[in-house]
Amino acid sequence: MTEGRLILTGEEMRRALTRIAHEVVESNKGLDGLTLVGIRRRGVPLARRIADAIASFEDASVPVGALDINLYRDDLTSRPQPLVRPTELPSGIEGKAVVLVDDVLFTGRTIRAALNALMDLGRPRIVQLAVLVDRGHHELPIRADYVGKNVPTSLDEIVEVRVPEVDGVEEVAIVERVKAVST
Amino acid sequence: MQRRRHVLDLDDFSRDEITALLDSADAMRELLSRSIKKAPSLRGKVVLTLFLEPSTRTRVSFEQAGKMLSADVINISGSGSSAEKGESLLNTALTLQAMHADLIVIRSPHSGAPYFLARNLQRMGVVNAGDGRHAHPTQALLDLMTMRHHIGELEGKRVVIVGDVLHSRVARSDVFGLQALGASVVLCGPPTLIPLDLLHGSEGESLPDVNIEHDLDRAIEDADAVIALRIQQERQGAGMLPSMREYTRRWQVTEGRYRRAKPGALLMHPGPMNEGVEIASSLAHGPGSQIEEQVTNGVAVRMALLYQLLTGGQEEAAE
Repeated sequence: MTEGRLILTGEEMRRALTRIAHEVVESNKGLDGLTLVGIRRRGVPLARRIADAIASFEDASVPVGALDINLYRDDLTSRPQPLVRPTELPSGIEGKAVVLVDDVLFTGRTIRAALNALMDLGRPRIVQLAVLVDRGHHELPIRADYVGKNVPTSLDEIVEVRVPEVDGVEEVAIVERVKAVST
Repeated sequence: MQRRRHVLDLDDFSRDEITALLDSADAMRELLSRSIKKAPSLRGKVVLTLFLEPSTRTRVSFEQAGKMLSADVINISGSGSSAEKGESLLNTALTLQAMHADLIVIRSPHSGAPYFLARNLQRMGVVNAGDGRHAHPTQALLDLMTMRHHIGELEGKRVVIVGDVLHSRVARSDVFGLQALGASVVLCGPPTLIPLDLLHGSEGESLPDVNIEHDLDRAIEDADAVIALRIQQERQGAGMLPSMREYTRRWQVTEGRYRRAKPGALLMHPGPMNEGVEIASSLAHGPGSQIEEQVTNGVAVRMALLYQLLTGGQEEAAE
């Protein structure tokens, strides 16, 4: 039983991520120097899905890293304190084509923080952005290079991407903000 | 959970709070290992360190921790400050608070000094970096972090603390931290240097997992970790120790004694060491020694603590 209004089923999520995987390989003209970096938490399992999809049709593996952006947030003094987790970039990012992966693109502030965090770790050749859902309401000049689904939303809504690793199910739903607080 | 403003000792820390801090310290260690050791999370925060006693590792690691998270860190020592002209500790602290510092880290020879400041400062947080013979909570946290990293969860583990427990603020805070995480503690040393009050909690209740064993050969049997304390020559009253030679013979952690502990047992020391007194030199620099790692973890744990005290609320943000 899905909580909220379902906008992507598990199957639709899989198809969207597979399409993104093809687009990433096509626009980078192969896998040379390519590395996927998921933004904690839910960007990481999504990055792994994209890497798995690439492995299934290209017969080669793409490194997957995990980026924690909490030390780079611009709202550290105005909201509950997030837990800091380690950043893991096994293959490094120096000179690489980095595809940042996140679940939802909303204000763009998380991506701004991710870009700063990334630049402190090295100098990638190029940085691209893949998101499963672009919900609009951007507050910064940031856009995604690869989008699973564009979803118009109101500010009272929250887009929840659920992945088995964190939530036990695979789907995307929209819930009302008031309701989300109680869950 | 109420947001914490001060860190005075570990006796008011729950297991969950310690665990969350150590998790965060693990993440900070990753930042420490980067080539650019800097993140902007404490930009615009002012951290003061007021050290009224000599210290290398604690003072430098607080300073380094603050700077890596982009706080502005200002160091004040006893000599060269108004303390030398006779200004009271409270007036010094009020002056510093009036300059809009966010946090003061204090090391004092007087037990209880940080508590006194915490009671009297309305806007500035206080972190105890060692007060007299009372408490040294950040040292205990780095000890816990080091142990957890190597031997996993501390529940049911056996930790021996040997040496001058009486004068040791490290031992006192270690006991509270180890208790909170469910480890059992054996205190070992000459009877004159083992305070009996450590067998009881702050409410006077007895602590079943804290025991005293004066014979180091017996105490060290099956230990998962051994913490050797510094013989504090500057704090020894007359008659506390029979003689240094006798102390060394009976309570030095030697190769032979270390072999009685569990294979791979951790050897720790809060520093500075008197090599050849409380610990054999060969062990201090041997494979079981965590002494340098303790120093590294000290920076990470202090980063985690500053981050916790100087940013947001406490519950994890809903994503």
